[in-house]
Parts: sequence; C-alpha cells; structure tokens
Amino acid sequence: MYVAVKGGEKAIRNAHTLLARDRRGDTSLPALTLAQMTQQLYLSISRVMAEGSLYDADLAALAIKQARGDLIEAIFLLRAYRTTLPRFGYSQPIDTATMLIRRRISATYKDLPGGQLLGPTFDYTQRLLDFTLAANGEEAPATPQTQAFEAQERVPRVTELLDDEGLMEPDAELPEDHEVGDLTREPLEFPAGRDLRLQNLARGDEGFLLALGYSTQRGYGRTHPFAGEIRLGEVEVSLFVEELGFDVPLGEMTVTECQMINQFAGSAKAPPQFTRGYGLVPGQGERKVMAMSLVDRSLRWQELGEEATSPAQDEEFVMSHSDNVQGTGFVEHLKLPHYVDFQAELDLIRRLRAEWFEKNQKTTGETADLEAAQ
Amino acid sequence: MSTPATSFTDHYNFAYLDEQTKRMIRRAILKGIAIPGYQVPFAAREMPMPYGWGTGGVQVTAAVIGHSDTLKMIDQGSDDTTNAVALRNFFVQTTGVNTTTHTKGASLIQTRHRIPEEPLSEDQVLVYQVPIPEPLRFLEPRETETRKMHALEEYGLMHVKLYEDIARFGHIATTYAYPVLVNERYVMDPSPIPKFDNPKMHRMEALQLFGAGREKRIYAIPPHTDVVSLDFEDHPFTPQEFDQPCAICGAEHVYLDEVILDDQGSRMFVCSDSDYCEERRTEGHTGHLGTNPLDAPSNGTAKDNASSKEACK
Amino acid sequence: MTFQDNTPEQPLLLRASKTTKFYGDRIGCQDVSFEVYPGEVLAIVGESGSGKSTLLNCLSTRLAPTTGAVEYRGRDGILRDLYQMSEAQRRVLMRTDWGYVHQHPSDGLRMTVSAGANVGERLMAVGERHYGNIRSNASDWLERVEIATDRIDDDPRAFSGGMRQRLQIARNLVTAPRLVFMDEPTGGLDVSVQARLLDLLRSLVSDLGLAVIIVTHDLAVARLLSHRTLVMRHGRVIEHGLTDQVLDDPQESYTQLLVSSILQP
Repeated sequence: MYVAVKGGEKAIRNAHTLLARDRRGDTSLPALTLAQMTQQLYLSISRVMAEGSLYDADLAALAIKQARGDLIEAIFLLRAYRTTLPRFGYSQPIDTATMLIRRRISATYKDLPGGQLLGPTFDYTQRLLDFTLAANGEEAPATPQTQAFEAQERVPRVTELLDDEGLMEPDAELPEDHEVGDLTREPLEFPAGRDLRLQNLARGDEGFLLALGYSTQRGYGRTHPFAGEIRLGEVEVSLFVEELGFDVPLGEMTVTECQMINQFAGSAKAPPQFTRGYGLVPGQGERKVMAMSLVDRSLRWQELGEEATSPAQDEEFVMSHSDNVQGTGFVEHLKLPHYVDFQAELDLIRRLRAEWFEKNQKTTGETADLEAAQ
Repeated sequence: MSTPATSFTDHYNFAYLDEQTKRMIRRAILKGIAIPGYQVPFAAREMPMPYGWGTGGVQVTAAVIGHSDTLKMIDQGSDDTTNAVALRNFFVQTTGVNTTTHTKGASLIQTRHRIPEEPLSEDQVLVYQVPIPEPLRFLEPRETETRKMHALEEYGLMHVKLYEDIARFGHIATTYAYPVLVNERYVMDPSPIPKFDNPKMHRMEALQLFGAGREKRIYAIPPHTDVVSLDFEDHPFTPQEFDQPCAICGAEHVYLDEVILDDQGSRMFVCSDSDYCEERRTEGHTGHLGTNPLDAPSNGTAKDNASSKEACK
Repeated sequence: MTFQDNTPEQPLLLRASKTTKFYGDRIGCQDVSFEVYPGEVLAIVGESGSGKSTLLNCLSTRLAPTTGAVEYRGRDGILRDLYQMSEAQRRVLMRTDWGYVHQHPSDGLRMTVSAGANVGERLMAVGERHYGNIRSNASDWLERVEIATDRIDDDPRAFSGGMRQRLQIARNLVTAPRLVFMDEPTGGLDVSVQARLLDLLRSLVSDLGLAVIIVTHDLAVARLLSHRTLVMRHGRVIEHGLTDQVLDDPQESYTQLLVSSILQP
C-alpha cells in the first residue's frame, strides 16, 4: 500500500520532469532571459500583470517563462504568488490627469487641449510579416521624433471638457463612508457595486471582455459608444502614511486608461446626457481597456434606468465568468478522475436501458399480436 | 512518506495560508457549524493549485490542521489517485504533519467524491472538496435568487425535479450529488459523492466540513446531525446496491468500481475504498477472483509497479 | 373613494387605501382606494397606460407603492398591511392563499417541466411529499380545466395557447387560494378560444367562491366575469360601481366613450 502511494508520486514526478525538459527545449539554444522578455514581449507581460493583479514585470516574465508562454497559466502563477504577499495598505487613488503621457487619442474631437499623440501603437501599421525580424541581424530601430508632453503638465481628460457644459455625467461619487471593496479579500455578493465590478473586469479575461464588448456593438445591449479618450503613460503611486501624516511616493507605474462616451437619451432616472464607461489596466493593454469600458457601461443599466436584455448587462453572468483562472481550473478539472460518479451513472443508464427495451418489447409484442389477430 | 521540504516552510507559513486568512476561514467554519447546511460565503484565496481541483477543501484543511494531526487524503475513495497524491504532498511540504492511508488512524481526512466505508468517530474531521455548493444551481442559475430560496425555505423546485424523474423513469434518476435536507432546515449538496454514501452522513459522529474554493462557500454538518436525502413518501430514497461482492476482498454492501479487464468487455468489481479493501485482505478475506488479475508479474514484482493497490481503487 | 354597496356580512378580504405609485415624476397610479370581499370579482378596466397594470402589481406585492397601503386579511382573520409584512410572509401568501394568472402563460408556467409538475409544484412547495397524491391531484385539476389527463407528462411547449392558459389556471388553483389576480388572461388568445376560457373561468370562480381582481382592456371580459368594475384613466379611478351599472349606464364621459367604442358590434 505504501508502495502504491509512491507509484502515484513517481508518475507525477516523471510527468514534471518531462514538462521541465519540454519547457527548456533545445539546450543548444540560449535560454530566454527575463530581461529579453520584459523588453521584447512587453504586451504579454502587461496582460499577465493586469490579469494576475500584480504589477511586477520581472515576476510576470518569470511566470511566462515557467508557463512556456501560456499566458493564463502565467497569470495563475502570479496570482498564487500574490496571495501569499503581506498587505501593507492601500495606495492613494492614482490621478491619470497628471500622467506622463506617451499616447493619447480621442475619437470625439479633432483637436483638444493637450493635443493628440499617437505614441507606440499598432494602429495604421500594415499587417505584413516583417521578415527582417526573422533574420538574425536585426537593425536597431530608428530614433523616433519625440513630442512628449511636458512633465508635470496636467492634461485634462476629454470627459472633464464636456463636463463643464453639463453634457457629461460627472465622475461617479461614492458615499463618504463607502470603503472601496476588494474581491480578493472579501467574498463577492450580488448585487455588487461599481467598484467591485471594475475590479472584476480589470482582472477579467481579455478575450471574454472583448467578446462581450463586441456583442454590445453588434446590438446585444447597444450603448452607442465613442472612444472619448485613450491614454497610456506613467503615473505616480503614493501611500498615505498614518505616522507621517502625508503621502509618500512609492514609484511610478504604467497604466492604460479608456473613457468611453456613450450617447444616452435619458430615462426616468437620469436626464439626457453623455454617459461613460471606464476601463483601466496596469501596463499597456488598449484592447482590454476599450472592451472593459464597453462592458462597464453596459453593466450600468440599472443605475441609468435602462432595460436589461443582453449578456453584457447581466452582472451576475459577467462577473461570475470573467476570471480565466477560475474558468481554466473548472474546465480542466474534468481531467480529474470521476469514476465513482461515472460508476453511479453507468448503473443508472443500464437500468434505464433495460426498462426502455422492456417497455418497447411489450409494445412491439402488442403490435405483433394485433397484426396476428387481423 | 517524503520528508518535509524545509526550503518551502522557510518561505511560506505553516499550511501555506497566513494566520489572518486562517482565522477568516475558521470564522466561516464556525458559522457553518452553528447553522448546519447553510452556505457561508468566505473570501477564498487563490491557491497554488487550480480552481476545481480541491482549493476549497485545501483551504478548509489548512485552516484546521495542526502539528499533531494525522492526515489522510483520498480521491475517488483511493489514496493513490493522482490528485490525492498531489494534494497530500502539498500538505506534507507545507506542514510536515504525519500522513496515513488508514482511515482509523487519521484525525483529519480530506476527500473528493467518497466517504470512507469505515465508520468515522467523534475525534475525526472529514473535509469534502466541493465543485458546486448550490443544490439549486441547475434549477436556478442566479445566486441572488437561490439565496432567497434558501432564506425562505422555498424548496418546492427541488421536488419538482424529483417528480419529473419519477414521471419519466418511474424512479428518481439522481445518482450522485443527491440533495439532502440538513437538520430539517437547509437543502444541501453533499458534493458529488455517490448517493450510496448519503446515509453515512446522517448522524455521523465525525465533524463534516465542506469547502468550495471557486464558488467561495464553506458549509458544515456538526456531529450527530440529521441528514435526510430528499424523496417522496411513496418513492423513498434508495441507495445504490451492487449485486456482487468485491472481486478481491469479498466485501459486500460497499461501493464498487468497475474495472475493465480486457477488450472483450470482461470486467470485475472491486472496492472503491482502497484502504478498506487492503485491511480486509490483511485480515485474510478473499474475493471470488482470489488474487488480483492485474497483478500478473509481467514486469518486475507486483509491489514495484504498485498494481496490487492500483486494481483495488 | 371607498366604494359603498350592499356590503356583505363577511369581513373584507383586501383593502387598498390611497395606493399611489410614481415612476420618477410620472404617475403610475394615484390615490386608488377600494375593498374586495371574499368571493367577489373586481374588474379593473382602462386603456393601456391607464395605470391598471401598475395598480395590479402594487396590489399583488410585485411593486411597492410610493405611498398608501394595501391590506389583506389572512386565513387567521387578521388584516395586515402587505408592505409591512416580511418578504418571507409575502412569498408564502403568494404561493398558498393567492394566485396570479399572467397574460402570457410562459411567464407563469415552467415551460420545460411536465404539466403534472407544473400543477404539482405549489403542493410540493407547501410540503406535500406523496408522489401519488400529487399526481392524482394534478390529474384532477387537468380534468377540471379540460385538459386530457393523458397529457399529464407532456410539457407545456407541446400545448396550444388556450391549453397553456388553462394549465396556468390549474397551477394557481391547486392550493385552493382565496384571491386570484389576473392580468389580461384572455389577451393573447383568438376569439373562439377566449370564449371557452371565459366560460371555464366563470364556472371555476363561482364553484370555488374565489375572489378575483382582474385587469382587462376588454369590457366584454369585465361584463362576463365581474361583479364590480373600476374604470381607470391617467392613473386614477374615474368611475366605479356594479359592473352592469357601469357598463349600461356610464356616468363619466370617458367611460361612455369606452363603452360605445368597444361594445358596439
């Protein structure tokens, strides 16, 4: 019996040795360094940091390397590490208006205070495979002309511009005594507030949010969106230290923010005005913040007195299924042995089949009798 | 058992979770014990194993385990299934406690899908891994609605499902995760154990704890609590019966696994509870196949390739 | 605005007092007061948008009124404000002492479970645990609503519109409620089917001594089923009285218009 337990252990150990070998691949090739990954695969790093809810590019790189490039597996690794870290406190809210901007676009105004800045983007590239990248001697890219915003300059967000006219719903206010929730610390209960919804979406799977956001555009809970503003850059993070009585800067982080502006004809609860959907993720994740802001807006149907008809508006549906670590675990748990339950079902199916054939036999018998009688 | 990896305990707290988290989980467990069968929401942590692979059970075990405990870890009734091995190793690494395969010798048993055949005693705790804690989930997918149904004891829908089974098949066609009424108040999902095991929950001497990590719920059945499988007066609950004893140890009235022996479809039925089977054989019981046909010493000795146990799981 | 007539000796069953519902600034219904006695059928008529559905929702605890009260006398003889009761108490009321017949049967039925289970659900909800009894009870009720008993194991998706509506009625009546709310119960049916359903409803109501509050835009339905009628317009009750009086001799010009436009052949 002791031996048997070891048998299982041996199998698992072997499997993991195989995994390690496959992960490394051909050892005549140099191993990837974390620095190479953070530099050259930054968008993967970004996604893993965002959905792993841990802003640490080196750890994200390690996770991706260990996960053989499987981003969801890497997110999982990062999350499992994150839970073991002590909590010192919660930082002050970041102010994206003071962001050191590297990219900033608005689809609603041709020009606006602060200007438009394309920055590092795939937009307007031609999607042609660049075979020079495949060749070994990759040329150093040209030095771009920079037109960075001046540091410390406050660049107002588009939503603030419209707000002066009262056309735009103001920034959401939370009640004085409201403590911002944290769904990694407290069990989620429905209905959830917008703070928890946004946290859930920020950690949520990019693909899932993309599909949901896309569905709203195709008419499943249409929200008439305009990309009011998307910005990417660095913001300062600070912590209020009780003993000192003031904010202490901790450093800066890269974030991507999207403010979606949605046409809104008004309802019993709110006047006609532009409403907003919001998206923000650590790192560079433009697709994610855009999808996130579409879904955020859709989830606000109740507050705005709209009718809920579509999946993207269904808070319980969206929040319960957005997490790819949960989803992966539960889908893949079907690999675990289930033979006890299967045995119970085997027994049932055999019984049901026996009953079915018996019943059918009887009816066929009756028909035969009838035919004979005729 | 393997030796505890000291390097791991250097970096992580005893039983992996920090003490703050353990206290939070213990509070949920205490609440669960105080309200038998009620699903207590708790802030499940992200664990280093996937959701759906026992994270709930692991968190409950981690919150109650102490240095003096002896842990038994089973899956499908067996100590040897891969995930049981993986989870056992997790606790060996993070706690260094003693482990055992003997039901009687364990103070703490974590299980997936089975209750051991050996009756449990007052000084034991049984921890179940739960995938979907909500017995009403497949009748009503909304948490907001099911919570209300529990609060108001609106369980008519549960019986509608059983009614439909009888109307269609002539009998209740639920074979596992068969719903129970706990302490005459809450309808509870016993986790996907076969309904064969349901009667063992009724007035069990041991404390039963249930952990669902992904769904973030804990519930409990204190010792000696009434646990009644839902049924109709004229269609009473009937546990599954096997019409043959274990092929290896001859045990009757135990849950059996069907093992396919060849591609001609010949098969044997053997104990699902591997420890129980082992004990009986040690005591000298033999089934009609006598020795295990899978023990054929084709490559090395039976002990080396672990098949004596394998065939009895 | 309480309606006075030859009040029966038995105590009232339900009383609305100045029941008012606002949606933001918009009026749903305003200052509606009336009483319903056991065994009495009250029709609430009006055009769509007149507030009759809002009122029905307020009366049946599906929508909390902004101001005013709705009281109901339980089987224990005590008159209670519905909105002072706990949700648990209200829900018990809704599945035992009350019925609610929706305009669309699919809103009131479980479309994927059998007719028998649809009828039996309420019995199971109040603790009936004998399969045979539930089934024979369901079978009786199918017969009473003129559904062939060999359809007991079919689900309502296989039923015609009229059958579904009759099934919904059986599902509501199985716990012998004292008060049934009906929202345009004949609304989605064609004329011949309507007539048959109305016939059935009329005999069931009188056999069982049910009190009914029925919302309809169809004055013919009101005439056939109800003892008394409230006429609503712009959220208010503009006329009320015995149904025959209201329909044969309407006092308000709006009611006259309704009667003349609808009842003329």
